[in-house]
Amino acid sequence: MARQSHPTMSRALQRRENISGYLFLLPSLIFFIGFVVIPMIICIVTSLTDANMHDQGMFGNFIGFSNFTNLLSDETFLEALKNTFIIVIVSVPTVCAFSLWVSSVIYKLSGPVLSAFRCIFYLPVVTGSVAVTVVWKWMYDNYTGIFNHVLKGAGLIDQNINWLGDSKYALWCIILILFTTSVGQPIVLYVSALGNVDQTLIEAAEVDGANGFQVFWKVKWAQMMPTTLYILVITTINSFQCFALIQLLTKGGAGTNTVMYHIYWTAFKLTEQAGHFGYANAMGVVLAIFIGLLSALQFKLAKEK
Amino acid sequence: MKIETGQGRAYKIASIIILVILAFLFTFPLYWIVTGAFKNGADINATKPIWVPTEWVMNNFDKLMKQRSVPLWEIYLPFGSFFNGGKKVLLTAGPEAPAAIRWLINAVLMCVLAMLITCLTAAMAGYALAKKRFNGRAILFSLIVCAMALPKQVILIPLLKEMSALRLYDSLWAVIFPTVGWPFGVFLMKQFSESIPGEILEAARIDGSSEWNTFSTVVMPMIKPGIGALAIFTFINCWNDYFMQLVMLASGSNFTIPLGIATLQAETSVDNGLLMAGATLAAAPIIIVFLIFQKYFTQGITMGAVKG
Repeated sequence: MARQSHPTMSRALQRRENISGYLFLLPSLIFFIGFVVIPMIICIVTSLTDANMHDQGMFGNFIGFSNFTNLLSDETFLEALKNTFIIVIVSVPTVCAFSLWVSSVIYKLSGPVLSAFRCIFYLPVVTGSVAVTVVWKWMYDNYTGIFNHVLKGAGLIDQNINWLGDSKYALWCIILILFTTSVGQPIVLYVSALGNVDQTLIEAAEVDGANGFQVFWKVKWAQMMPTTLYILVITTINSFQCFALIQLLTKGGAGTNTVMYHIYWTAFKLTEQAGHFGYANAMGVVLAIFIGLLSALQFKLAKEK
Repeated sequence: MKIETGQGRAYKIASIIILVILAFLFTFPLYWIVTGAFKNGADINATKPIWVPTEWVMNNFDKLMKQRSVPLWEIYLPFGSFFNGGKKVLLTAGPEAPAAIRWLINAVLMCVLAMLITCLTAAMAGYALAKKRFNGRAILFSLIVCAMALPKQVILIPLLKEMSALRLYDSLWAVIFPTVGWPFGVFLMKQFSESIPGEILEAARIDGSSEWNTFSTVVMPMIKPGIGALAIFTFINCWNDYFMQLVMLASGSNFTIPLGIATLQAETSVDNGLLMAGATLAAAPIIIVFLIFQKYFTQGITMGAVKG
């Protein structure tokens, strides 16, 4: 980034730029500071207090880091954290690999076919999280669900499986839905990245006798690194925040509790302490730290490559 | 041209076949929603798959419309509760109508307002960040990038407290304002504004065009594809932000259609026909918006990533 005050600018001109710059920024800044920065500050500050949802004031009593130390021995939270990590560890690489594969097959197809495929893989996103969840719940249903019908018809299972009620399957069922709603954007990104790969480099590699696999790995993959990085970061963030699926399908039961759902549950539903606001925010801070660390790690790994 | 080896060709054909199968699987949930909405009760609860409805009926939609009724619209005085002892000041209310219609209106209104405000404020801010050399620009931009990497949902619970302090809780504004505040739009518009040649802005200035005129007549037309992308992005994100709607909206007349359907699911967990009719209503508007603006959309997603 250039020096902040331009060396060749006169002071009057700099003043003019300052005023007009901030005037153009003002409307956006009001919303950004008011509804993003301030809630973040509230989140961090209240995570150090015993504030609850029914207090009239915003903040309760300062209790230091005990919310955080309590988290370490909160088994429900640790279980939720474990589930969240399973979701992230399974879904991020599969989403990334799958969308790369799909894109590498479709990016050379002719225009209309390409956009048709791109559209189809984007459909679950556009259908909307609630509509998607509602139909999957029916598809997984014990008695009227299509999964049990088809699998029984094919002779793969003898008895109906209660997909969302059985802790052996429930988390995997949720990961499958999350997967279908996550690949749309990466595919769009990879298709465009593959289209932008420098053709002269590919030709040079082929002249040098590289095979298809080597061309892909050494030339295309290397050039798509920034795209891959972006996809990794957004998929990680989305997987960490998995909420609607849990709330609508299992309510955190059958071993599917996630941190995001647990935050919601703690803030609104905790019966004996009705709305433990500070504690919920402490979990939020922990989640944000995890996401921040993972994003930083991914950036670092990508830079080294 | 390179000559295809037999192995390469077999791989290609096999992958196209797999891809077509996958395409069917990805469209299946949507197909199941729409056909489910028109199936009769026997088809819905059948214990073997009914791939195509035996008869197409409307009674799921009829049931949905009869669920409950609320005023078609209610307009309150902004911030009226500050002067009326905490109670909202009702300006006008519409005739009673099926709740699903009201939810649909709420959701569309909410997303359109969020979209318009976001596009305007983000275009202005993005232009300033890209083209104005004001003090503090670098710091501000890094703050925006950092905020984007943070999980949006984490701030929802504190946001709820803030909204109730502002007396905006349980109104569509409580969803609209945080959507506008999310800095992705500013970031995207900055990327688009970078490509405006400085000479054009300089020429407009020399011609005596005011700052605002330069922005509205020179800058805006040049970043139109970016605004199109941001518009559809905001619309879809706002529509899909179920968590925010769940936290911020409380009374049945303020629900959006996704939230309303989710509530119906909790109340009538067995009536899948009714739920599919609701899901059809909830999915139709964004699918239509997506298909209309699809061109902008692909462009927008790519721009945001590549230049970032």
